[in-house]
Amino acid sequence: MMPIHPSTWVGYTLAVLFGFAFGFVLERAGFGSARKLAAQFYLTDMRVLKVMFTAIVTALLGLTFLRAVGVLDWDELYVNPTYLGPQVVGGLIFGVGFVIGGYCPGTCVVAATTGKLDAVAFLVGIGGGVIAFSAVLPRIQGFAQAGGERRFLYDWLHLPYGVVAIGVTLMALGMFVGAELIERKMANRTRSAAKPTEPASEQTQSA
Amino acid sequence: MSDSTRHQATVVQKPLWDPYLAGVALGLVLLATFLVFGRGLGASGAMARFAGLAAHLVAPGWVEANPHLGGYFAHGAHWWDDWLIFEVVGVVLGGLFAGLTAGRFKVEVEAGPRITPKTRLLFALVGGAITGFGARLAMGCTSGQALTGGATLALGSWAFMMSVFAGAYALAWFVRRLWT
Repeated sequence: MMPIHPSTWVGYTLAVLFGFAFGFVLERAGFGSARKLAAQFYLTDMRVLKVMFTAIVTALLGLTFLRAVGVLDWDELYVNPTYLGPQVVGGLIFGVGFVIGGYCPGTCVVAATTGKLDAVAFLVGIGGGVIAFSAVLPRIQGFAQAGGERRFLYDWLHLPYGVVAIGVTLMALGMFVGAELIERKMANRTRSAAKPTEPASEQTQSA
Repeated sequence: MSDSTRHQATVVQKPLWDPYLAGVALGLVLLATFLVFGRGLGASGAMARFAGLAAHLVAPGWVEANPHLGGYFAHGAHWWDDWLIFEVVGVVLGGLFAGLTAGRFKVEVEAGPRITPKTRLLFALVGGAITGFGARLAMGCTSGQALTGGATLALGSWAFMMSVFAGAYALAWFVRRLWT
Protein backbone atom coordinates (compact mmCIF):
# COMPACT_ATOMS: atom_id res chain seq x y z
CA MET A 1 0.00 0.00 0.00
CA MET A 2 1.30 3.44 -0.91
CA PRO A 3 2.59 5.95 0.12
CA ILE A 4 5.69 4.15 1.32
CA HIS A 5 6.84 6.72 3.93
CA PRO A 6 10.55 5.88 4.22
CA SER A 7 12.38 6.49 7.50
CA THR A 8 13.80 9.97 8.12
CA TRP A 9 17.32 9.71 6.69
CA VAL A 10 16.40 7.37 3.88
CA GLY A 11 13.70 9.90 3.07
CA TYR A 12 16.13 12.83 3.15
CA THR A 13 18.52 11.01 0.83
CA LEU A 14 15.71 10.21 -1.57
CA ALA A 15 14.52 13.83 -1.30
CA VAL A 16 17.82 14.97 -2.82
CA LEU A 17 17.30 12.55 -5.73
CA PHE A 18 13.68 13.60 -6.29
CA GLY A 19 14.76 17.26 -6.09
CA PHE A 20 17.47 16.53 -8.65
CA ALA A 21 14.85 15.19 -11.06
CA PHE A 22 12.61 18.19 -10.33
CA GLY A 23 15.40 20.69 -11.02
CA PHE A 24 16.51 18.84 -14.14
CA VAL A 25 13.02 18.84 -15.65
CA LEU A 26 12.46 22.53 -14.79
CA GLU A 27 15.65 23.45 -16.66
CA ARG A 28 14.80 21.32 -19.69
CA ALA A 29 11.30 22.85 -19.71
CA GLY A 30 12.91 26.27 -20.20
CA PHE A 31 12.02 27.50 -16.71
CA GLY A 32 15.56 28.69 -16.00
CA SER A 33 14.81 31.79 -18.07
CA ALA A 34 12.86 34.75 -16.70
CA ARG A 35 12.01 36.01 -20.19
CA LYS A 36 10.55 32.63 -21.15
CA LEU A 37 8.52 32.55 -17.93
CA ALA A 38 7.29 36.13 -18.28
CA ALA A 39 6.32 35.50 -21.93
CA GLN A 40 3.35 33.59 -20.51
CA PHE A 41 1.83 36.89 -19.42
CA TYR A 42 2.40 38.53 -22.81
CA LEU A 43 0.91 35.50 -24.61
CA THR A 44 3.95 34.97 -26.85
CA ASP A 45 5.14 31.68 -25.29
CA MET A 46 2.65 29.84 -23.10
CA ARG A 47 4.91 27.07 -21.89
CA VAL A 48 4.25 27.90 -18.24
CA LEU A 49 0.60 26.98 -18.69
CA LYS A 50 1.36 23.98 -20.90
CA VAL A 51 3.97 22.44 -18.61
CA MET A 52 2.06 23.16 -15.41
CA PHE A 53 -1.28 21.80 -16.51
CA THR A 54 0.23 18.78 -18.28
CA ALA A 55 2.07 17.98 -15.03
CA ILE A 56 -1.06 18.46 -12.90
CA VAL A 57 -3.16 16.26 -15.18
CA THR A 58 -0.44 13.56 -15.42
CA ALA A 59 -0.11 13.35 -11.63
CA LEU A 60 -3.88 13.63 -11.12
CA LEU A 61 -4.67 10.79 -13.52
CA GLY A 62 -1.89 8.67 -12.00
CA LEU A 63 -3.22 9.22 -8.49
CA THR A 64 -6.77 8.56 -9.67
CA PHE A 65 -5.80 5.26 -11.30
CA LEU A 66 -3.73 4.04 -8.34
CA ARG A 67 -6.50 5.01 -5.98
CA ALA A 68 -9.10 3.18 -8.09
CA VAL A 69 -7.09 -0.06 -8.18
CA GLY A 70 -6.51 0.16 -4.43
CA VAL A 71 -2.72 0.69 -4.46
CA LEU A 72 -2.87 4.20 -3.01
CA ASP A 73 -4.40 5.10 0.34
CA TRP A 74 -5.96 8.49 -0.45
CA ASP A 75 -6.48 9.37 3.23
CA GLU A 76 -2.74 8.93 3.89
CA LEU A 77 -1.91 11.59 1.31
CA TYR A 78 -0.94 15.05 2.50
CA VAL A 79 -3.39 17.49 0.97
CA ASN A 80 -2.73 21.22 1.25
CA PRO A 81 -5.20 22.55 3.82
CA THR A 82 -7.56 25.18 2.49
CA TYR A 83 -7.27 28.73 3.84
CA LEU A 84 -9.32 30.51 1.17
CA GLY A 85 -8.72 34.12 2.24
CA PRO A 86 -4.93 33.99 2.59
CA GLN A 87 -4.59 31.77 -0.47
CA VAL A 88 -6.54 34.13 -2.73
CA VAL A 89 -4.83 37.30 -1.42
CA GLY A 90 -1.44 35.56 -1.25
CA GLY A 91 -1.93 34.29 -4.79
CA LEU A 92 -2.71 37.77 -6.14
CA ILE A 93 0.39 39.19 -4.42
CA PHE A 94 2.44 36.25 -5.68
CA GLY A 95 1.26 36.82 -9.26
CA VAL A 96 2.22 40.49 -9.07
CA GLY A 97 5.70 39.55 -7.84
CA PHE A 98 6.00 36.86 -10.53
CA VAL A 99 5.39 39.28 -13.43
CA ILE A 100 7.66 41.96 -11.93
CA GLY A 101 10.50 39.61 -11.00
CA GLY A 102 10.10 36.99 -13.71
CA TYR A 103 10.44 33.92 -11.51
CA CYS A 104 8.75 31.89 -8.84
CA PRO A 105 10.65 30.30 -5.94
CA GLY A 106 11.43 26.95 -7.63
CA THR A 107 12.35 28.32 -11.04
CA CYS A 108 14.63 31.01 -9.62
CA VAL A 109 16.74 28.29 -7.95
CA VAL A 110 17.26 26.60 -11.32
CA ALA A 111 17.98 29.95 -13.00
CA ALA A 112 20.46 30.92 -10.29
CA THR A 113 22.34 27.63 -10.57
CA THR A 114 22.64 28.12 -14.33
CA GLY A 115 24.28 31.51 -13.84
CA LYS A 116 21.43 34.03 -13.98
CA LEU A 117 22.36 36.87 -11.64
CA ASP A 118 18.84 38.31 -11.76
CA ALA A 119 17.68 35.01 -10.23
CA VAL A 120 20.16 35.51 -7.40
CA ALA A 121 18.65 38.96 -6.81
CA PHE A 122 15.17 37.38 -6.87
CA LEU A 123 16.28 34.82 -4.26
CA VAL A 124 17.60 37.56 -1.99
CA GLY A 125 14.27 39.35 -2.50
CA ILE A 126 12.34 36.24 -1.42
CA GLY A 127 14.34 36.22 1.80
CA GLY A 128 13.33 39.83 2.41
CA GLY A 129 9.70 39.03 1.65
CA VAL A 130 9.74 36.13 4.11
CA ILE A 131 11.14 38.37 6.85
CA ALA A 132 8.60 41.10 6.03
CA PHE A 133 5.79 38.56 6.23
CA SER A 134 7.13 37.27 9.56
CA ALA A 135 7.19 40.83 10.87
CA VAL A 136 3.57 41.61 9.96
CA LEU A 137 2.15 38.17 10.79
CA PRO A 138 1.41 39.00 14.45
CA ARG A 139 -0.87 41.81 13.23
CA ILE A 140 -2.70 39.76 10.57
CA GLN A 141 -2.89 36.40 12.32
CA GLY A 142 -6.68 36.46 12.47
CA PHE A 143 -6.85 36.66 8.67
CA ALA A 144 -3.76 34.62 7.81
CA GLN A 145 -4.65 31.59 9.89
CA ALA A 146 -8.40 31.38 9.31
CA GLY A 147 -9.30 28.00 7.84
CA GLY A 148 -7.22 24.86 7.53
CA GLU A 149 -9.72 22.21 6.43
CA ARG A 150 -8.98 19.33 4.10
CA ARG A 151 -11.31 20.55 1.37
CA PHE A 152 -11.43 19.59 -2.26
CA LEU A 153 -12.55 21.11 -5.52
CA TYR A 154 -15.18 18.36 -5.69
CA ASP A 155 -16.61 19.31 -2.27
CA TRP A 156 -16.99 22.87 -3.47
CA LEU A 157 -18.57 21.82 -6.77
CA HIS A 158 -20.73 19.11 -5.10
CA LEU A 159 -19.65 16.60 -7.76
CA PRO A 160 -18.10 13.13 -7.51
CA TYR A 161 -14.28 12.88 -7.55
CA GLY A 162 -14.17 11.15 -10.94
CA VAL A 163 -16.30 13.79 -12.63
CA VAL A 164 -14.02 16.58 -11.40
CA ALA A 165 -10.87 14.66 -12.39
CA ILE A 166 -12.22 14.23 -15.93
CA GLY A 167 -13.44 17.83 -15.96
CA VAL A 168 -9.99 19.17 -15.00
CA THR A 169 -8.42 17.03 -17.73
CA LEU A 170 -10.84 18.32 -20.36
CA MET A 171 -10.36 21.89 -19.18
CA ALA A 172 -6.59 21.49 -19.53
CA LEU A 173 -6.97 20.10 -23.07
CA GLY A 174 -9.19 23.06 -23.94
CA MET A 175 -6.59 25.47 -22.56
CA PHE A 176 -3.86 23.79 -24.63
CA VAL A 177 -5.88 24.29 -27.82
CA GLY A 178 -6.45 27.92 -26.83
CA ALA A 179 -2.77 28.42 -26.00
CA GLU A 180 -1.67 27.09 -29.41
CA LEU A 181 -4.14 29.40 -31.18
CA ILE A 182 -3.06 32.45 -29.17
CA GLU A 183 0.65 31.74 -29.74
CA ARG A 184 0.08 31.46 -33.48
CA LYS A 185 -1.91 34.70 -33.54
CA MET A 186 0.77 36.56 -31.57
CA ALA A 187 3.51 35.22 -33.87
CA ASN A 188 1.62 36.44 -36.94
CA ARG A 189 1.14 39.84 -35.37
CA THR A 190 4.87 40.19 -34.60
CA ARG A 191 5.72 39.09 -38.12
CA SER A 192 3.44 41.68 -39.75
CA ALA A 193 4.68 44.38 -37.36
CA ALA A 194 8.26 43.61 -38.37
CA LYS A 195 7.63 44.14 -42.10
CA PRO A 196 10.18 46.55 -43.58
CA THR A 197 7.46 48.78 -45.07
CA GLU A 198 6.18 49.70 -41.60
CA PRO A 199 8.01 52.90 -40.66
CA ALA A 200 7.39 53.30 -36.93
CA SER A 201 8.88 50.76 -34.56
CA GLU A 202 6.56 49.25 -31.97
CA GLN A 203 9.03 49.78 -29.22
CA THR A 204 8.99 53.55 -29.13
CA GLN A 205 5.24 54.03 -29.23
CA SER A 206 4.51 51.94 -26.17
CA ALA A 207 7.50 53.17 -24.17
CA MET B 1 29.61 42.32 -16.99
CA SER B 2 26.43 41.31 -18.69
CA ASP B 3 27.26 43.48 -21.67
CA SER B 4 30.39 41.52 -22.34
CA THR B 5 28.70 38.17 -21.79
CA ARG B 6 25.64 39.08 -23.80
CA HIS B 7 27.61 39.53 -27.01
CA GLN B 8 29.62 36.36 -26.69
CA ALA B 9 29.16 33.85 -29.44
CA THR B 10 26.50 31.47 -28.23
CA VAL B 11 27.56 27.93 -27.46
CA VAL B 12 25.63 25.19 -29.14
CA GLN B 13 22.66 24.56 -26.88
CA LYS B 14 20.53 21.49 -26.63
CA PRO B 15 16.97 22.46 -27.51
CA LEU B 16 14.41 22.70 -24.73
CA TRP B 17 12.01 19.82 -24.32
CA ASP B 18 8.61 20.05 -25.89
CA PRO B 19 6.45 21.69 -23.19
CA TYR B 20 3.89 18.88 -23.13
CA LEU B 21 6.59 16.20 -22.79
CA ALA B 22 8.30 18.28 -20.09
CA GLY B 23 4.92 18.50 -18.37
CA VAL B 24 4.49 14.72 -18.45
CA ALA B 25 8.02 14.30 -17.02
CA LEU B 26 7.29 16.83 -14.28
CA GLY B 27 3.97 15.13 -13.55
CA LEU B 28 5.70 11.74 -13.21
CA VAL B 29 8.27 13.19 -10.77
CA LEU B 30 5.38 14.67 -8.78
CA LEU B 31 3.43 11.39 -8.87
CA ALA B 32 6.48 9.41 -7.70
CA THR B 33 6.95 11.91 -4.85
CA PHE B 34 3.36 11.33 -3.74
CA LEU B 35 3.76 7.54 -3.86
CA VAL B 36 7.01 7.48 -1.90
CA PHE B 37 6.55 10.32 0.57
CA GLY B 38 2.79 10.86 0.63
CA ARG B 39 3.33 14.51 -0.21
CA GLY B 40 4.26 16.62 -3.23
CA LEU B 41 7.06 18.94 -4.28
CA GLY B 42 7.82 22.39 -2.90
CA ALA B 43 10.26 25.28 -2.84
CA SER B 44 9.19 28.34 -0.85
CA GLY B 45 9.00 26.45 2.45
CA ALA B 46 12.73 25.75 2.25
CA MET B 47 13.39 29.40 1.48
CA ALA B 48 11.50 30.46 4.58
CA ARG B 49 13.90 28.29 6.59
CA PHE B 50 16.96 29.77 4.87
CA ALA B 51 15.63 33.29 5.47
CA GLY B 52 14.95 32.39 9.09
CA LEU B 53 18.51 31.11 9.41
CA ALA B 54 19.93 34.37 8.03
CA ALA B 55 17.72 36.47 10.30
CA HIS B 56 18.64 34.30 13.27
CA LEU B 57 22.29 35.26 12.84
CA VAL B 58 21.35 38.93 13.19
CA ALA B 59 18.44 38.89 15.63
CA PRO B 60 18.08 35.49 17.33
CA GLY B 61 15.67 36.71 20.00
CA TRP B 62 13.28 38.23 17.48
CA VAL B 63 13.29 35.12 15.28
CA GLU B 64 12.72 32.74 18.19
CA ALA B 65 9.74 34.80 19.41
CA ASN B 66 8.22 35.11 15.93
CA PRO B 67 5.05 33.07 15.25
CA HIS B 68 6.19 32.27 11.69
CA LEU B 69 9.91 31.53 12.15
CA GLY B 70 10.15 30.65 15.84
CA GLY B 71 9.27 26.99 15.34
CA TYR B 72 12.38 26.40 13.22
CA PHE B 73 14.55 27.32 16.21
CA ALA B 74 12.47 25.92 19.07
CA HIS B 75 14.15 23.67 21.62
CA GLY B 76 15.06 20.36 19.98
CA ALA B 77 14.29 21.63 16.45
CA HIS B 78 16.81 22.23 13.68
CA TRP B 79 16.33 24.76 10.92
CA TRP B 80 17.49 22.19 8.33
CA ASP B 81 15.36 19.33 9.63
CA ASP B 82 12.78 19.34 6.87
CA TRP B 83 12.21 17.24 3.77
CA LEU B 84 12.05 20.41 1.64
CA ILE B 85 15.59 21.50 2.52
CA PHE B 86 16.96 18.24 1.09
CA GLU B 87 14.69 18.43 -1.92
CA VAL B 88 15.91 21.96 -2.71
CA VAL B 89 19.54 20.82 -2.44
CA GLY B 90 18.58 18.30 -5.12
CA VAL B 91 16.95 21.04 -7.24
CA VAL B 92 20.21 23.02 -7.13
CA LEU B 93 22.22 19.99 -8.27
CA GLY B 94 19.66 18.91 -10.88
CA GLY B 95 19.30 22.41 -12.34
CA LEU B 96 23.07 22.84 -12.50
CA PHE B 97 23.58 19.45 -14.14
CA ALA B 98 20.83 20.13 -16.68
CA GLY B 99 22.19 23.59 -17.48
CA LEU B 100 25.75 22.34 -17.94
CA THR B 101 24.81 19.35 -20.09
CA ALA B 102 22.58 21.51 -22.30
CA GLY B 103 25.19 24.24 -22.82
CA ARG B 104 22.89 26.74 -21.13
CA PHE B 105 25.06 27.58 -18.12
CA LYS B 106 26.01 31.23 -18.56
CA VAL B 107 26.73 33.97 -16.03
CA GLU B 108 24.54 36.86 -17.15
CA VAL B 109 21.72 39.19 -16.26
CA GLU B 110 18.70 38.29 -18.34
CA ALA B 111 16.88 41.54 -19.07
CA GLY B 112 14.17 42.59 -21.51
CA PRO B 113 15.31 44.52 -24.61
CA ARG B 114 14.30 47.93 -23.24
CA ILE B 115 15.89 47.91 -19.78
CA THR B 116 19.44 47.90 -18.44
CA PRO B 117 20.86 45.00 -16.42
CA LYS B 118 20.85 47.26 -13.36
CA THR B 119 17.12 47.96 -13.71
CA ARG B 120 16.49 44.26 -14.20
CA LEU B 121 18.37 43.39 -11.00
CA LEU B 122 16.38 45.98 -9.05
CA PHE B 123 13.04 44.69 -10.30
CA ALA B 124 14.10 41.07 -9.73
CA LEU B 125 14.85 41.95 -6.12
CA VAL B 126 11.52 43.76 -5.66
CA GLY B 127 9.59 41.03 -7.47
CA GLY B 128 11.27 38.40 -5.32
CA ALA B 129 10.28 40.22 -2.14
CA ILE B 130 6.63 40.50 -3.25
CA THR B 131 6.61 36.84 -4.34
CA GLY B 132 8.17 35.74 -1.05
CA PHE B 133 5.56 37.63 0.95
CA GLY B 134 2.70 36.20 -1.13
CA ALA B 135 4.05 32.65 -0.92
CA ARG B 136 4.22 32.76 2.88
CA LEU B 137 0.74 34.24 3.19
CA ALA B 138 -0.60 31.54 0.86
CA MET B 139 1.46 28.84 2.61
CA GLY B 140 3.11 27.70 -0.60
CA CYS B 141 4.10 28.64 -4.12
CA THR B 142 3.70 27.40 -7.67
CA SER B 143 5.36 24.11 -6.62
CA GLY B 144 3.91 23.48 -3.16
CA GLN B 145 0.44 24.85 -3.85
CA ALA B 146 -0.32 25.03 -7.57
CA LEU B 147 1.35 21.80 -8.74
CA THR B 148 1.05 19.68 -5.61
CA GLY B 149 -2.33 20.89 -4.41
CA GLY B 150 -3.56 21.11 -7.98
CA ALA B 151 -2.94 17.40 -8.56
CA THR B 152 -4.77 16.41 -5.35
CA LEU B 153 -7.65 18.77 -6.23
CA ALA B 154 -7.16 20.75 -3.01
CA LEU B 155 -9.67 23.62 -3.09
CA GLY B 156 -7.35 26.29 -1.64
CA SER B 157 -4.54 25.36 -4.02
CA TRP B 158 -6.82 25.87 -7.01
CA ALA B 159 -7.92 29.21 -5.58
CA PHE B 160 -4.24 30.12 -5.18
CA MET B 161 -3.37 29.08 -8.74
CA MET B 162 -6.19 31.09 -10.31
CA SER B 163 -5.25 34.09 -8.16
CA VAL B 164 -1.61 33.90 -9.30
CA PHE B 165 -2.62 34.03 -12.96
CA ALA B 166 -5.16 36.81 -12.20
CA GLY B 167 -2.58 38.92 -10.34
CA ALA B 168 0.09 38.45 -13.00
CA TYR B 169 -2.18 39.14 -15.98
CA ALA B 170 -3.70 42.18 -14.24
CA LEU B 171 -0.30 43.79 -13.81
CA ALA B 172 1.37 42.53 -17.02
CA TRP B 173 0.32 45.46 -19.20
CA PHE B 174 1.66 48.01 -16.71
CA VAL B 175 5.10 46.40 -16.50
CA ARG B 176 5.40 45.42 -20.19
CA ARG B 177 8.44 47.66 -20.52
CA LEU B 178 10.38 45.19 -18.35
CA TRP B 179 9.88 42.31 -20.78
CA THR B 180 8.90 43.33 -24.29
